[in-house]
Amino acid sequence: MIVMENVYFTYPNGVEALRGIDLKIEDGEFIAIMGQNGAGKTTLVKHMNGLLKPTRGRVLVDDVETTKVSVAKLARKVGLVFQNPDHQLFSETVEDEIRFALKNFGFDEETIKKRVDWALNLLDLERYRNVSPFMLSGGERKRVALASVLAWDPSIIILDEPTIGQDYRQKERLRQFIMQLNQQGKTIIIVTHDVEFVAECSPKILLMREGKIIAEGEAREILTDEPLLYQASISMPEIAKIFKKLSALGLPSKVIDLYEAANILYERLSDIR
Amino acid sequence: MSIFDGFKFRSESSPIHEMDPRAKFIYVCILFSSAIIFNNIIPLLILFLIQMPIVLLAKVQREWLRSMKASAFFATLIFAMNFLSLYFYAGHETICSITERSAAMTMRFLVLIQTFSIFFLTTSPDMLGLALEQSGIPYEICFAFTTAVRFVPVLAEEAQTIIDAQRARGLELERGNIIRRIRNYIPILIPLIVNAIRRSMELAETMESRAWGAVKNRTNLYALRIKGRDILLIASSFVILIILSIYLDLHSGPINNSDDALLNRRLRLVARIIKIKRGILTFRLRGCKRPFEYAEHPRLDGYS
Repeated sequence: MIVMENVYFTYPNGVEALRGIDLKIEDGEFIAIMGQNGAGKTTLVKHMNGLLKPTRGRVLVDDVETTKVSVAKLARKVGLVFQNPDHQLFSETVEDEIRFALKNFGFDEETIKKRVDWALNLLDLERYRNVSPFMLSGGERKRVALASVLAWDPSIIILDEPTIGQDYRQKERLRQFIMQLNQQGKTIIIVTHDVEFVAECSPKILLMREGKIIAEGEAREILTDEPLLYQASISMPEIAKIFKKLSALGLPSKVIDLYEAANILYERLSDIR
Repeated sequence: MSIFDGFKFRSESSPIHEMDPRAKFIYVCILFSSAIIFNNIIPLLILFLIQMPIVLLAKVQREWLRSMKASAFFATLIFAMNFLSLYFYAGHETICSITERSAAMTMRFLVLIQTFSIFFLTTSPDMLGLALEQSGIPYEICFAFTTAVRFVPVLAEEAQTIIDAQRARGLELERGNIIRRIRNYIPILIPLIVNAIRRSMELAETMESRAWGAVKNRTNLYALRIKGRDILLIASSFVILIILSIYLDLHSGPINNSDDALLNRRLRLVARIIKIKRGILTFRLRGCKRPFEYAEHPRLDGYS
């Protein structure tokens, strides 16, 4: 569980990135943090594993204040996957890359072996086990970065912009994979601009603007609220746009899911026939 | 980071910022050489104090203070080292003169830092590049220089992100003995270097796709021109040098070693520096062209 109480954060250069954040994330929740560029999304998640400490207010992870423990200790619980995999890959092989964090956390050799195999398998990277991560494509590097974090099995997983640079099939795999982790009881937090991806996942949404949370709620409610989205520089998902235009026909306006949309239209059209 | 803030260009509008970088460069050279030629406290103190109006005029007093604070540690170290070595190895001197000499050495260091700080605080890297270019240095070299300077903050920011990313994977930089601590930096350095190389390749590609180097004779939007105040700055720095040289001539007391040969050598050195500076100055002034003279070149010269 992550609790933030009236958190303010100012960078050393004077930029005030967070301005009074109150937030509670329960275990097993699935949350998408959305908002315009520079709204403070990445700054917010960096507070969750103690990389940044609040200038004012406090952040509690499982009832422990982040200022009181080391980042390494918090990271064991909170796995944060950065936006750009090139900021963390450095090993000679993909296998070593995954081992790195496990060694840092002091797992024994047998567990490390098991976890590495598991993570390679999970992200379909087995065939790259002995390949240098620098030889892989952008999407593959992103998966290696993800595997290297999932390997230590953190209970809270934060993904910063996980869909950037991924093709449709990889995005779909990522989505299923995130849903699966969430069903296993992991807390998932994604930071993203990708409305369509969020619409398909349908998590709880935190909308940020200028260092504040301006709205919090179910994807169906938030992603169909056009004025609100406009404030956060986000456009509605395509499905929601269509249903807004069709609202004159008496169709429900709060639809974001493709299958639901298809069903409603199918029923409507068969009635006409 | 705060140490570098004392030397990082700050965009302000002040007469000092608007000065020709070449004039400021000459000023820096003269003050540097004066600080090195003189080794007693009074001229060095004067060199330090006469720069104060410039700091105030350029509105960079806060940054200047920061650079001074950053150098306080080294200044103390220099003072202590000088004091101790003079005390133990130059036995015939009094404590008073030892203190004076150590203070002079410290002051020299501070003058160097201050001059450096003023120059970089008030001169944008672009202007510096332009100055290099208009002094006849090949454009490729100027471009490499400005690019290198421009990417320093980018690299610093990237290093911070990489440190964050690795700490998020359980890396503890401050753990272990000294060797272990150095090894801890490998996961930071490799991505940093790889990214820097990758970025330079990308930069080269984007530059080529924008026809970099297609035109042999480049023109510039801005042309540097030495104005009245630039001449004033250059002239006053020479005046400072001359006045201090006269002072040196009159006050070559016991501290400053009254040996005539040495003094002569020093004065000759000053004269030679002045001559070299004058040479550079006239060379630069000649190298400075007006924009409309460039316009005579066809724009896409050499492009076919």
